[in-house]
Amino acid sequence: MDFTSFAKPSNVDGNNENNSTDLHFWKHVEYIENHGKDQDDYEYCMTEFLRMSGIYWGVTALDIMNQLDRLDRTSIIDFIRRCQCPVTGGFAPCEGHDPHILYTLSAIQILCIYDALNEIDCEAVVRYVSGLQQFDGSFFGDKWGEVDTRFSFCAVAILTLLGRMEGTINVDRAIKFVMSCCNQTDGGFGSKPGAESHAGLIYCCVGFLSLTQSLHLLDVDKLGWWLCERQLTSGGLNGRPEKLPDVCYSWWVLSSLTIMGRLHWISAEKLKQFILTCQDSETGGFADRTGNMPDIFHTLFGIGALSILGFEGLKAINPTLCMPQYVIDRLGIKPQILSKP
Amino acid sequence: MEQSYESAVGTIQRILGLYFVKCLKGGKMSDSDSDDWSEEWIPYSERNEWADIVPIPQDDGEHPIVAIAYSPKFREVFDYFRAVLAHREKSQRALELTADALRLNPANYTVWQYRRDILRALESDLYEELDYLDEVIRDNAKNYQVWHHRRVIVEMLNDSSKELELTEVALERDNKNYHAWQHRQWAIKTFDLFENELSFVDRLIAEDIRNNSAWNQRFFVLKHFGFTSDVVQREIQYTMNRIRVVKNNESAWNYLGGILKYEDNGTGNCHQEVLSFCEELYTSGVRSPYLLAFLIDLYRDQCLQQSNVTESDVLSRKVFNLCNDMSKKYDIVRRKYWQYIAEQFKENLAEK
Repeated sequence: MDFTSFAKPSNVDGNNENNSTDLHFWKHVEYIENHGKDQDDYEYCMTEFLRMSGIYWGVTALDIMNQLDRLDRTSIIDFIRRCQCPVTGGFAPCEGHDPHILYTLSAIQILCIYDALNEIDCEAVVRYVSGLQQFDGSFFGDKWGEVDTRFSFCAVAILTLLGRMEGTINVDRAIKFVMSCCNQTDGGFGSKPGAESHAGLIYCCVGFLSLTQSLHLLDVDKLGWWLCERQLTSGGLNGRPEKLPDVCYSWWVLSSLTIMGRLHWISAEKLKQFILTCQDSETGGFADRTGNMPDIFHTLFGIGALSILGFEGLKAINPTLCMPQYVIDRLGIKPQILSKP
Repeated sequence: MEQSYESAVGTIQRILGLYFVKCLKGGKMSDSDSDDWSEEWIPYSERNEWADIVPIPQDDGEHPIVAIAYSPKFREVFDYFRAVLAHREKSQRALELTADALRLNPANYTVWQYRRDILRALESDLYEELDYLDEVIRDNAKNYQVWHHRRVIVEMLNDSSKELELTEVALERDNKNYHAWQHRQWAIKTFDLFENELSFVDRLIAEDIRNNSAWNQRFFVLKHFGFTSDVVQREIQYTMNRIRVVKNNESAWNYLGGILKYEDNGTGNCHQEVLSFCEELYTSGVRSPYLLAFLIDLYRDQCLQQSNVTESDVLSRKVFNLCNDMSKKYDIVRRKYWQYIAEQFKENLAEK
């Protein structure tokens, strides 16, 4: 990921570390802002195919830290406009690549944060997304026909952000497909019917149900317990039984529990400590787990999780859409969230 | 258990379908000079058979603040790829070019898509493509694009005879590889390969009794054959035997709960048997949170169905005591959950 072509000249910020907290706030800001500058260029080539999502991760994290003005809005929006496919209406991760629903969601999320949906052809996006729905209610990720519950989430998230959920897709069938991926053994969800429950895919499915206002279909107590069981003695969360903890699962488990009104079922304090140990205190940024190399993906999910946990100095984040709450409010969107029992 | 590097890389791919920067750390698919093909490498610009092609450089936007220093090999291969793509050239040399491009970056899904276009146009031998993919998957077992390509080729061939072996090899290297399991389930469902799957699952559970993916596969297979009462009975024995070996096994307990639901109304013999089994474990001193959670469920259901007041009181006391033990001793981290379960139960009792 390289933001150098989007970064404004760096602001000089005086006070470095806030000593009342363990969060290396300014280091992270710097890390995101400068990401790519001193990295091997090889990384830039290798991540071309996901650049749109990379920008979304950086933009969102900076906005949550109230530092959005460090990136240049105009050049980012120009980049996004160039990535919209004139034929299908979907977005490519980067010019010269093919459109995919994953990058289409990232593009729409960035545009919503910048309040710039008017800059692109939204009708074409709606056509693209609704055209990917299959008879059984599932969604293709692109024209090549991979089906996955991730794409169900992307579809309803895009349409919700565009305010075009009604009359564009068959919502009932979409819900039916997602529920067919619910596992009887643990109440969780996999990528397809019969596939193993996985915290990332649970986030997609719970988020999907939140956006389609159908959380009543969940066995909240059962799934809630399974999600709580993801917390290990280190305080970190894993994504499946017997796997290692990882900062991005902090986000996926945490946001799912928040949507289900069950955040208090895990130890917030222990999780917070785990996330903070995954910061890189020299370069800034968060790694998947303590001692590993940071990346922008885990940086967003570390910051996002801390925001959910009410960390001081961070803006509120919406657990369903992983975007600043004020943006969701501005759009007048109300993803369903269950109240604490 | 899988290596942390692999898991770090896999995490992102699993969720977002992306291949991410962490490959740098392991140097996999490296574009560096140390990789195994650099010595025999002849630049495309020096190959006679490519003399007619004018490469198309990457457009980094009008005003790139920092010029991107792609490695020469990477830059050249993709410049030629862009040229071939622009001409829609579908030839043997273009096919070989995509292999070079994919070797440099196997996550570039545009290259995979174009490769499929070429294979169709040339009516290539798709069995050769399967052999090629065996290798690519071996080196990139957590890459979405690779598995998807495999699936499309298998569909084109309408021949799934190699898929079980392929996924078995991948699962030998990482027995929880989500991609391999997905592909295996897809092949089994699409080509009706259920027949010997249960013995495969048996073997995996024997090798790693906590392998949640294998337990999930067990459920997947049996759901297909149908949960007759014989099957339910057999599975309950199977699972109880494995819990006796490892008591604190989340996967096995969840599986037991899933199977038990297939017994009518949860009041039949199996239910009693499982209850005795749990009580026996409890009496012998086992305090696994999964065991206690299971007992709470069983006592709660029994209590709410019990019309005899004295019996019901005995059961409800057990539920409250266990919830209390969980929140204060055995599962303190999740105490709020157990307090909630006790509260809920109190409300259910009042409504009874």
